[in-house]
Amino acid sequence: MNLAQRFYLREVLSGLGLTAGHFFRNMGRHIAHSLGRRDARGAVTIQYPEERRPLAPRLRSLHRLVRREDGSPRCVACMMCETVCPARCIYIVADEHPNPEIEKVPSRFDIDLGKCVFCGYCVEACPEDAIRMDTGILEFSSFSRGGMIYTKEALLALEPAGPDGRPASPVPIPADRRP
Amino acid sequence: MIADLGIAFGRVVFVMMFVLNLGGLLTWVERKQSAIMQDRIGANRASILGLRLFGLFHPLADAIKMLTKEDFRPARADRFLFGLAPFVSVFFALVAFASIPFGDVLHVSGREIPLQAVTLNVGVLYVFAMLSLGVYGVMMAGWSSGNNFALLGGQRAAALMISAEIAIGASIIGVIMVYGSLDLQSIARAQGELLWGWIPKWGILTQPLAFVLFLTAGIASTKRIPFDTPEGESEIIGYFVEYSGMKFGMFAMADFLETVVVAGMTTALFLGGWQVPYLVAAGFHFPWGATLALPPLVVTLLQVGSFITKVVVMIFFLMLIRWTLPRFRYDQAMRLGWLGLFPLSIANIVLTGLVLLATRPA
Repeated sequence: MNLAQRFYLREVLSGLGLTAGHFFRNMGRHIAHSLGRRDARGAVTIQYPEERRPLAPRLRSLHRLVRREDGSPRCVACMMCETVCPARCIYIVADEHPNPEIEKVPSRFDIDLGKCVFCGYCVEACPEDAIRMDTGILEFSSFSRGGMIYTKEALLALEPAGPDGRPASPVPIPADRRP
Repeated sequence: MIADLGIAFGRVVFVMMFVLNLGGLLTWVERKQSAIMQDRIGANRASILGLRLFGLFHPLADAIKMLTKEDFRPARADRFLFGLAPFVSVFFALVAFASIPFGDVLHVSGREIPLQAVTLNVGVLYVFAMLSLGVYGVMMAGWSSGNNFALLGGQRAAALMISAEIAIGASIIGVIMVYGSLDLQSIARAQGELLWGWIPKWGILTQPLAFVLFLTAGIASTKRIPFDTPEGESEIIGYFVEYSGMKFGMFAMADFLETVVVAGMTTALFLGGWQVPYLVAAGFHFPWGATLALPPLVVTLLQVGSFITKVVVMIFFLMLIRWTLPRFRYDQAMRLGWLGLFPLSIANIVLTGLVLLATRPA
């Protein structure tokens, strides 16, 4: 360190100038914002529950089961996703489909989201395009492990996210939290 | 008699409320100011009936949280001293403000009301005595916790305090020499004089070196960053590790109160106290000859407002330092105190003496 630096004072003052500059610049923007300039932002913070970050279109969010025209699942219970799942969080029970042209239908399709690692392999593996991860729903939580298991009915009811990336359907309430 | 008592009470209550409320508000200022400095928003979620007021309810929420927390006392702690320490810490920080004047003498119906809580002719020494006594609370806390880390923190606090206090004491001697008094009220009054007829004779102009030294040592005596080696709660463990609930809160509050006291002291000694430039008892007397007569009450209000503004600006500056500089290592702080501030203060005394001697009216 040279003498000027050992005196601290000059360095301290330049540091104070930097932080004070940030303070007054941001303060000015805050004031401009409250005076009506909506584009002036004094902080980079996103006020989370009210404001949300834009989600990337390829983001893997909560799964949904794609429906046929009649509302039944497109899934044919081929067990591909259950087989490929590295976390082994998918549980399928196959059943006969009433329509003879369709081989099978899942009578149960449970995803344990407590185990799921959101790798998206199930979506890749599915030959029928029956499972997707495009709901945009990120806030699913539960007070118990059982509540993290989402059943076929809950997954079938979900809609894909809107064009702005926002969820189009409400977060499904786990079975153990239903009133 | 009753009126005198009431006036004395009013003065004390005013100062007490000023310091306490400002100290409480500082928890909010600290959060918000640091947030704005760092491009953040800061605490804004505490609300009463949906009203948020820029997070102004957070100090309230903090107080409720701390008061309702468990008041834990370690089994090996000294029962009496452990309980006493936070009170000592807060008490001395609180009473230190008493002799700092917040306005000139107010004349109301033949009475003279000095606008300071206590009129002392050794006000400067009193404030520093109280500030120094505050370290006893810290040392007590460190020793009585029965925790070696707390003890080490207390020792760091004591070492830092001694090295800072000496520099504080030595740095203000220049101010005392210039204004010729230990009474803060007469120092503040003397700063209203004009140098060469147009510059207010504030301490920062007559004693610029002492101002820097005093401010540095003053920050050290508040035990806040960059001199927070006694505390350093996140990594080096300070004297109040064993404290919880409101006792912990009182230590935190003592730091804020000391910040207010240091800001008040800097204002009184270096920023002209309650002086407004060119404002005398009868109104404004500008150096270019213009005058503006004001009623005495307006003058007093202007003076009190000026004092409060200066203190607030000073607190802003102290907060700016706190959120800008990194912490000094222990040995760096010691070196700065003993080999930096102290010799410079002595040099300042000698320099001031020489200048006073040279400019002495024959």
